[in-house]
Formats: sequence, C-alpha cells, structure tokens
Amino acid sequence: MTGVDTATGLSAATWQRLRTGDLGVLPVAVVLVLIGLVFQALNPHFLSADNLVNLTQQSAATGVIALGVVLTLHVGQIDLSVGAVSGLAAAVVAVGSVQLGWPLWLAVLAALAVGVLVGSIYAALHTRLAVPSFVFTLAGLLVITGLQMRVLGPTGSVNLPFEWWLVRFCQTAFLAPATSWVIVALVVAGYAAGRVTDRVRRERAGLPVAPLWQVVARVVALAAGLSLVVAYLGTNRGVGAVFALFVGLVALTDLMLRRTRWGRSVRAVGGDAEAARKAGVPVRRVFVSAFVACSTLAALGGVLAVGRLAAANQGSGAGDTNLTAIAAAVIGGTSLFGGRGSAWSALVGILVVQSISTGLTLLNLDQSARLVVTGLVLAVAVTIDALQRRAREA
Amino acid sequence: MTAPILALRGVSKSYGAARALVDVDLQVHAHEVVAVIGDNGAGKSTLVGALTGALVPDEGEVLVDGSPVTLSDPSVARGLGIAAVFQDLALCANLDVVENLYLGHEAQRGLLLDEVTMEKHAWELLNQLAARVPSVRVPVAALSGGQRQAVAIARSLLGEPRVIVLDEPTAALGLRQTAEFLTLVERLRERGHGVLLTSHSLADVQAVADRIVVLRLGRTNGEFDAAKTSYEELLAAVTGIQR
Ligand SMILES: Nc1ncnc2c1ncn2[C@@H]1O[C@H](COP(=O)(O)OP(=O)(O)OP(=O)(O)O)[C@@H](O)[C@H]1O
Ligand SMILES: [Mg+2]
Repeated sequence: MTGVDTATGLSAATWQRLRTGDLGVLPVAVVLVLIGLVFQALNPHFLSADNLVNLTQQSAATGVIALGVVLTLHVGQIDLSVGAVSGLAAAVVAVGSVQLGWPLWLAVLAALAVGVLVGSIYAALHTRLAVPSFVFTLAGLLVITGLQMRVLGPTGSVNLPFEWWLVRFCQTAFLAPATSWVIVALVVAGYAAGRVTDRVRRERAGLPVAPLWQVVARVVALAAGLSLVVAYLGTNRGVGAVFALFVGLVALTDLMLRRTRWGRSVRAVGGDAEAARKAGVPVRRVFVSAFVACSTLAALGGVLAVGRLAAANQGSGAGDTNLTAIAAAVIGGTSLFGGRGSAWSALVGILVVQSISTGLTLLNLDQSARLVVTGLVLAVAVTIDALQRRAREA
Repeated sequence: MTAPILALRGVSKSYGAARALVDVDLQVHAHEVVAVIGDNGAGKSTLVGALTGALVPDEGEVLVDGSPVTLSDPSVARGLGIAAVFQDLALCANLDVVENLYLGHEAQRGLLLDEVTMEKHAWELLNQLAARVPSVRVPVAALSGGQRQAVAIARSLLGEPRVIVLDEPTAALGLRQTAEFLTLVERLRERGHGVLLTSHSLADVQAVADRIVVLRLGRTNGEFDAAKTSYEELLAAVTGIQR
C-alpha cells in the first residue's frame, strides 16, 4: 500500500510527466519568464512596472475569453466564435446603455444573457444533432458578426462616457495596496490551511503523504511569488481591478475543474465521452455547461473590452480577438485533443501572447511581426501538444 | 423461487441487417452466477449492453424484480443496482485510477471532492482483487491491460450493486488475478448478489457458474446446469456441431 517511493522513481517520474504534459502550465510559465528576460535585454522598458501594469490590464478582457475556450477544449470541442460573441456583447452594452438609455447594469446583464443564449444553441446543436462544433461555431461566427453590425447600426461605433462605472472599473480602478496585501495574505493562508488539512487527513487514513518540506516550500513559493507581483506592480499603479477579476475567475475555474464533481466530469467527457457515459456521467449536461460557460465568458470578455476602450465598434471582437483567445488557451498548455489542461493556461497563455505583442511594439515592429511571431508560437504549442499526446499513448 | 433480480424477455437487437440478438430470454437471480458463452460475434456484448442500459433493445423487455424498466442510460441501470464491466472497460485513459473508480459517483466533502476517502477506499477495493497497480494516482493510460481490467471490475463493486454484469472480465487477467476474481465472484454470490459474466474460457465458467447460457448467432442455444454439463457438451452448443 505504498505510492511512489524512492527518490530516483520521483525524478524519472518528473521527466515522464514533462514528456507527457502532466506538469501542466509550469513549462509555459518558465517560457513566459524567458520571454520577459529576452525582451528586457532588447528594451530596458519591458520589465518596468509601468509596462507590466499596462500588460496585465490589456490581458484581462481577452484572457477571460480564453478561459472560456479552455473549457470547450477541455470537453474536446472548440468554439471558433468567441471573438464574435464578445463583439456582439460589446455592441449590446454600448447600444443598450448609450442609445436606448437602459441602466448600465441592465445592458451588461443583457450582454451576458446573449452569451448564455448562444452557448445554449451550440450545446443543443452538439448534443441533439451531433454536429461537429467547429462547423456550427464557424457558422455562428458569421451569424453573430452580422448581428453585431445590425445592433451597432449605421454609425458603426458607439462611445461610452468616461465617468461610467464600467469604464472606470476597466481603465482606472486599481486595488488599494492594503486590499492587495490582505488578498495575498488570505490566499496564502487559505492555501496553507488546505494543504495542511489534506496532509493530516491523508496521514490519518494511512495514505502516502508528500514530505513536509515540500508543503512548506510550496506555501513559501506562493507567498513569495504573489508578494513579488503585488510589491512590484505596487511601485506603479498596482494591481488593476479588471486584472484581479480575471485572475479570480481563473482561480475559481481551476478549483472547479480540479476539485468538484463537475470538473471531473468535464475532464472525463473530454477524455472519452462514451466511456464517461457508460460510467454514469451526465454527458449531455456536461457539454451544455461547457458551451454555455464558454460563450458567457466570451460575452463577459466583450463587456470588459467595452469598458477598456470606452467604445464598441464593428472591430470589437473581430479578427485577432478570436484568434488571440484561442491561441492563448492552447499556448497555455490546454490540449486540443480534450480532457487535459488547466484554467491557469488562460492566464499564462494570454500573458505570453500579450508579452510578445507589447515587446514587439516596444521594438518598433508593427502588427505584421506580431501576427507572424504569435502564429509561430502557436504552431510550436500545437506541435508540443501533439507530441505529448503521442508520448502518453506510447 | 422469487422473481429474478434482472431478466430479459423476448429481447431482439439489430444493427442494420446484422441481427445481434434474436428473441432472447434470460434471468439472473440473487445468490446466482450465470455465465453466457458463445463464439465471437454471438451477441454477448450486445446482451450485456441491453442488461446495463448501454443500448436499448429494438424489441422485448428488461425486467428488474419482475417489473419492466427502460434502461435508457447506464446511469439509470446503475441507479437500479445494476453495475457493469464492459468489454471495452469504459475507462477514461486521461483520468487516474481513483478518478475512474469513482467517476459519476464521487465522494464529496461539502462542495468539494473528498479525495482522501476515495483514495483509501480505492486501495481496499483493488487489494480485494489482488490487483497490482503501481499507484492509484497514475492515469489509466499508463496501466497494463490486466490492471485496467481490474480497475473496471473494482469500479463495478462500488456502492454495493445488486447485480453485477461483466463482459469477458478475465480476458486480460493473469493466473493469480483470475483466481482472485473467481473467488471474489463466489464471495459475491454468498453475499447475495446476482452475477452475470461472459467468457471464452470454459474452464473459468465451469469453475464458478451455477448456470451456463449458450448464445449462438444471437439466439439462445441451450441453458445448462454447470455442475452436470461436460466440456464437450458446451463446446457442441457453442459451435453448433451436432454429435
Ligand atoms: N455497433 C455495431 N454496429 C454494427 N454491428 C455491430 C455493432 N456491434 C455489434 N455488431 C454486430 O453484432 C453481432 C454481435 O456482436 P457482439 O459484440 O454482441 O458479439 P460478442 O459475442 O460480444 O463477440 P466477442 O466475443 O467478439 O466479444 C456481431 O455480428 C457484430 O458484428
Ligand atoms: Mg463481446
């Protein structure tokens, strides 16, 4: 009744886990740090607190969309219309609140409802008619883009007043230093408490436990990492409210994916839907939840984008929002083949994409270079994904 | 005798022109081990599917405790106390052993999963089967065929089902694991469960079954008392060769 025992077994296991992708987002996080160092070497402004604050603020909206993509990829499906959904949501918020005079909160709710509706339609198409998701979401991309134009009307662009709470929340709201530190303390304490309780319960149950120093090391690493981020960003404007919201959503999704029944069924369905059905998983409901969550997060991303730009136009959610969000999820290490990945890949992935974009802009390279480099990184990520899948099956 | 826990009455199932099951009757009682034997393609897996909700028969009825039920889904069957081990095992290769064992029936503590309880119980279940897995936290993809089969069998034992239906449970098991499995089946019978298993191994079947049902080309081709039937008689019924 022992688990993994010897030290040699552990290191061989680590190598195996790297090869098969079981280390999760860790390797990509290392790549992110490397990217930061390279750009810093090329332009000393890159790692400045000012630039990093901008970078985090710019990541949030598309990051939220990427988080939804992570969920559809998890169940082995894809939603190619997330950018369009975010654009439509942006249009609904702007037109509803500015032109139709709805209260802003109502316009935001309406936009989110659009997301729920789109996701439900996709889910119905998938579970009832078994249409492959890349086809109907591609159709959805066209339909929704058309709707977005219709909603925006002939002017094609609607501006939001700068003093509205949504705009302030997305542009100028930052966590007060005290608030940031309280959150850091709570997160670290919560994490440590969880780890320790888990360890005690495992010991009582006679199950193998990780050595105590590992628990301590993890807690210290978390505390140090978070403190570093908060302290460094704090030398500038601090942690943006919208970025904090994004990270909070990622953490919540991560908890749900790893530690709840729903999360387990999501991974099971993505791994082998028929096996999951035979095991008694409500497969249909799982697909519905994934598609609805994805579209709703896409809509939320659109809402945040309106706030950030203080405007919605025909370009909202067009072209590269879609590709960036999907690329971020994959670059962050969520598998295209279903059943594997992590909510954190949305955060790490979007930071990689946004770093490349910001870094190249600082080097005075234009949009074209950004697209080429991001495309190449995506190609590398997909290749690694495929290789890891092969290693797992070997 | 009381009504069988699980029964088929006049069940047929076709895949297009292929008639996989034709008018099959079958009963499984408590305290009883029923074996279903037959050549490749005889319809055994289709029969198991009909009994466990993996597929819905074209005609005929499935009865639980004598009353007709519609097993629209394996989870429905599971809810009625019918557990299954499918020939393809129905394990998710990307999930680890504990995750697979409890899939769809996870233990919870509040809103979150109770991994500790599940992991502890997983070891107990696997030890019952003398199953040797390196760790219950490795993905099933990293296990051998026999280890996977043991995991699938262990999963069917969770939650005290009344009937356990196993499709070729010993196909990939080693000698020792087969022996443990057969002992386990006897224990299940003593504890009052009904067991239905299919097999290609006449020796295993004769060792453990009370009753042997032969399927041939989708039809029942005889029902035998395991204690009074010879190997040759079974072989003749399976192959359809008259002596
Ligand atoms: N999904 C399917 N589609 C079409 N035909 C099928 C399907 N499943 C089974 N069949 C056919 O139904 C018949 C019975 O198949 P079944 O799998 O029940 O046989 P079996 O007795 O379990 O065989 P084995 O010993 O090889 O497992 C076979 O002729 C097979 O070709
Ligand atoms: Mg079969």
